[in-house]
Amino acid sequence: MTASPSTPSLAWFARHEARIAWREWRAMVSAGGRRRTRTLVLALASFAIVMHLVAAMIVGPYAQVTVADHDALVAMTVTAVLAWCLVLSQAMESVTRAFYARADLDLILSSPARSRRVFMVRLAAVAGSVALMAMVMAAPFINVMAYRGGLRWLSSYLVILGLAAAASAGAMALTVGMFRAFGPRRTRLFAQIAAALIGAAFVIGLQVVAILTYGTLSRLALFQTGTISRSAPAADSGLWLPARAMLGDGLSLALVCGVGGGLLALAIAVFSRSFGSHATAAAGAAYGPRARRRRTRPFRSLAPVAALRRKEWTLLRRDVWLISQSLMQVLYLVPPALMLWLSYREGSGAMVVLVPVLVMIAGQLSGGLAWLAVSGEDAPDLVASAPVRTFDILRAKVEAVLGCVALVFLPFMLALGWVSPFHGVVATAGVLAAALSGIAIQIWFRAQARRSQFRRRQTASRLATLAEAVSSISWAGAGALAAAGSVLAVIPALIALLMLAGVRSLRPREMAA
Amino acid sequence: MTPCELSQAALDIRELVKRFDRPAVDGLDLTVRRGEFYALLGPNGAGKTTTLRMVAGLLQPDAGTIRVGGIDALADPVAAKRLVAWVPDEPMIYDKLTPLEYLEFVSGLWSVDAANAERQAGELIARLGLAPYANERCEGFSRGTRQKVALAGALIHDPRLIILDEPLTGLDAASARQVKQILRERVEAGDTVLMTTHILEVAERMADRIGVIARGRLLAEGTLAELQSLSGTAAGANLEDTFLALVAAPEEGP
Repeated sequence: MTASPSTPSLAWFARHEARIAWREWRAMVSAGGRRRTRTLVLALASFAIVMHLVAAMIVGPYAQVTVADHDALVAMTVTAVLAWCLVLSQAMESVTRAFYARADLDLILSSPARSRRVFMVRLAAVAGSVALMAMVMAAPFINVMAYRGGLRWLSSYLVILGLAAAASAGAMALTVGMFRAFGPRRTRLFAQIAAALIGAAFVIGLQVVAILTYGTLSRLALFQTGTISRSAPAADSGLWLPARAMLGDGLSLALVCGVGGGLLALAIAVFSRSFGSHATAAAGAAYGPRARRRRTRPFRSLAPVAALRRKEWTLLRRDVWLISQSLMQVLYLVPPALMLWLSYREGSGAMVVLVPVLVMIAGQLSGGLAWLAVSGEDAPDLVASAPVRTFDILRAKVEAVLGCVALVFLPFMLALGWVSPFHGVVATAGVLAAALSGIAIQIWFRAQARRSQFRRRQTASRLATLAEAVSSISWAGAGALAAAGSVLAVIPALIALLMLAGVRSLRPREMAA
Repeated sequence: MTPCELSQAALDIRELVKRFDRPAVDGLDLTVRRGEFYALLGPNGAGKTTTLRMVAGLLQPDAGTIRVGGIDALADPVAAKRLVAWVPDEPMIYDKLTPLEYLEFVSGLWSVDAANAERQAGELIARLGLAPYANERCEGFSRGTRQKVALAGALIHDPRLIILDEPLTGLDAASARQVKQILRERVEAGDTVLMTTHILEVAERMADRIGVIARGRLLAEGTLAELQSLSGTAAGANLEDTFLALVAAPEEGP
C-alpha cells in the first residue's frame, strides 16, 4: 500500500478531534451503565431547574432594563468582567493542559502531516470548550431574562461567545509568554497559579473592598450603594459595549463578536506555529536537573499507618503544582480572614456569614486532598501488597487528609473560638462534617489514577463531583443556621446525610483487592 | 503431592479460578518449592500476571486456594503478605521521593526495624548501582532505574517469596546481570523466586523449574529436559522450540 502524497486537511483533523472528544464524552456519561446515566441525567435536570429558579430570583426583576439605564450598564459590565476573568482562568488552564498533554503528540510530530493544522484545531477546541462551558453556566440567567424581558436577551449567548474567544486568545498569549519567560519546567506551575489568581482575584477583591467599606461579604454591596455608578463613565462610553450587546444592540453585538473572533483567529494563527516546539519542550522538562536532597538523618522506625501518613504529607508538600491546584479554594479564605479580624476588632456579629464560608471551603478542600490520597496513589500495588489491613490503609489516608485540613482551618477555628466560643464549636463541627463527607465520597468513588491526573478528578465521576458540591453546600447551610442559633439547622444537615446515604448506594462495585 | 512435599512448598495453588469477561485463570494448580527459582512462561493473555496478582493479594480469586509458606493467603492475607514481595512489570514508585526515602517508606509498611532497614538499603543501593541517585527524587529516572528502585523496595523486607513480573524489562545488560545475580543469591540463601518472563533464555539459564501456562491452566512443568520430553522435541532443542511446541499443542479433551 502506498501513502497518499497529500497531507491531512484542517477539516480532516477537526473531524478526528471531534470524534475523539465525542467518544470521551460518551464514555464519561455512560461509564456506569444505564442506571448511572439515568441518575446523572436526572441530577443534571434537577440542577438546571434549581438554577433557573435561583436565576429568576436574582436577575428576574431586572429583565426590563434598557441601554439608557446607567446603573444596569455598570452592573452588567462588572458581571461581564467577572465572567471574563473566570473564562480567562479556565482558558489558561486548558491551554496549559494542551501543552503538557503527551497523548498522541509523538505520533503527530513524527508523521509527515502538517502538525500546525492539528494544533490549530486543538487551540480552537480550547476556545470552543471554554465558550460552551461559559454559556452553559450563564444559560439559566439568560433564559430567565429572555422569558421575562424579551428575546433581545438571547444575544447574551453571542456576547459570551465573543468574550470567550477574546479570553482564549488572551490565555494563549499569556501561556506562551510564560513559556518564553520562565521555561517549560516552571510554566505549568506559574500558569496554574496565575489562572487561580485571575479567577479569584476579581471576586475576592470585590469582597475585600465590600468588607472594609460595608462590613459584608456580599459582592453586590459595592454596586448597591452606587459608589461605582457615580464614578463610572457616561452611558455612551465604549466601556459599556458588552452590556449594550447583551441588551440586544446590534452594532455593539457585532463589535464584541468581531473583536473577540478576530483576536482568537490571530492568536490561533500565531501560536499554532510554536505549539509543537512548546509541547516538545514541555515533554522534555521532566528530564532536566533533578532536585537533590542531602540525607543526614537515619531511617526512622514507623508503624505502617504512620509511614503511610508521612508519605502522603511528604508527597503533598513537595508537589507545588498540586498545592497550587487547591490555591483557588484557599484564596477564598482571605475575605473570611479579614472579616474575622474586623469582627474581633469591632465585636460585630459576622459569625453567621463566616461559618458557612469556612464549612464550604473545608468540604471542597478535603475532597481534593482525599482524591490525591485515595485515588491518586502512584504505587497502588506496593501499598496493596503490604501486610497492612485495607482498613488501616484507608485510616492512614483519612488521617493524612484531616491533618492537612486541620493545618489550614485550625487557626480560623481557634480565632473564632476566641471571639465567640459557641461559633467556634459550630464552625469546628461543620468543618469536620464537611471534610469527612468529602473524604467519604472520594473513598466510595475511588478510581485508581496518577496524581498528575488530579485535574481530571472532577470529570472522572460527575456523580462524585456533584455529591461533593451538594454535601459542602448542605453542611454550609447547616452551619449558617446553627451559627444563627436556629434549630432549622437540622434540615440541611439531614439533607446532607440523606444525600450521602443515597450516593453510597450508587457507588461503583468495589474493585477487587 | 505428599504432606512432606506440601510442607516444603513456598507457594501452593489449588483449583484457582479468576474470570473477567472470560476465564483468565481456569482451575490452575501450581506448587513452587522452597528455595526454588521457578519461571512461569506463557503466551500473552495466558493468565500469568493475573495468577501472580492473586498470589500477591492484589486480586481476589473467584475460587480456589492459595497457600504461601503454609499460610492460607485468602484467610489471613496480612500474614501471607509478610512473606511476599511483588515486583510488577511497570515499576510503581513515587516521583517525589528519593530512592532512600522510598526504601524507608517500604520498610515502614513491612515494619522492618529502622537500623536493619537502613543497613539493607545501603547494601541494595550499592549492589544495584543506585548510589549516584540515592538522594535524588525519582521523577525523571529512566525506566531501568525505576525498576531497580522498585526491586530494592521488594527486597528490603527480606521476603521469603519474591514474585516478579517481567523484572528485566528496560534494564541494560549490566543491570540485568546484577539483578539476576541478586536473585540467584536469594535462592541460594533459601528464598524462593517466582518469575514470569518472555525472555526464554533467562528462564532457561536461571530457573530450576519452568511452568508453561496457557488459557489459564498449567500445560506442563519441570526442568528443561522434562519439558523437552513432554513436548516431544529433540533432546538438544532449546526452550523456545520446546515452549512453542507446548503452547501450540491442542488442548486435551475431558
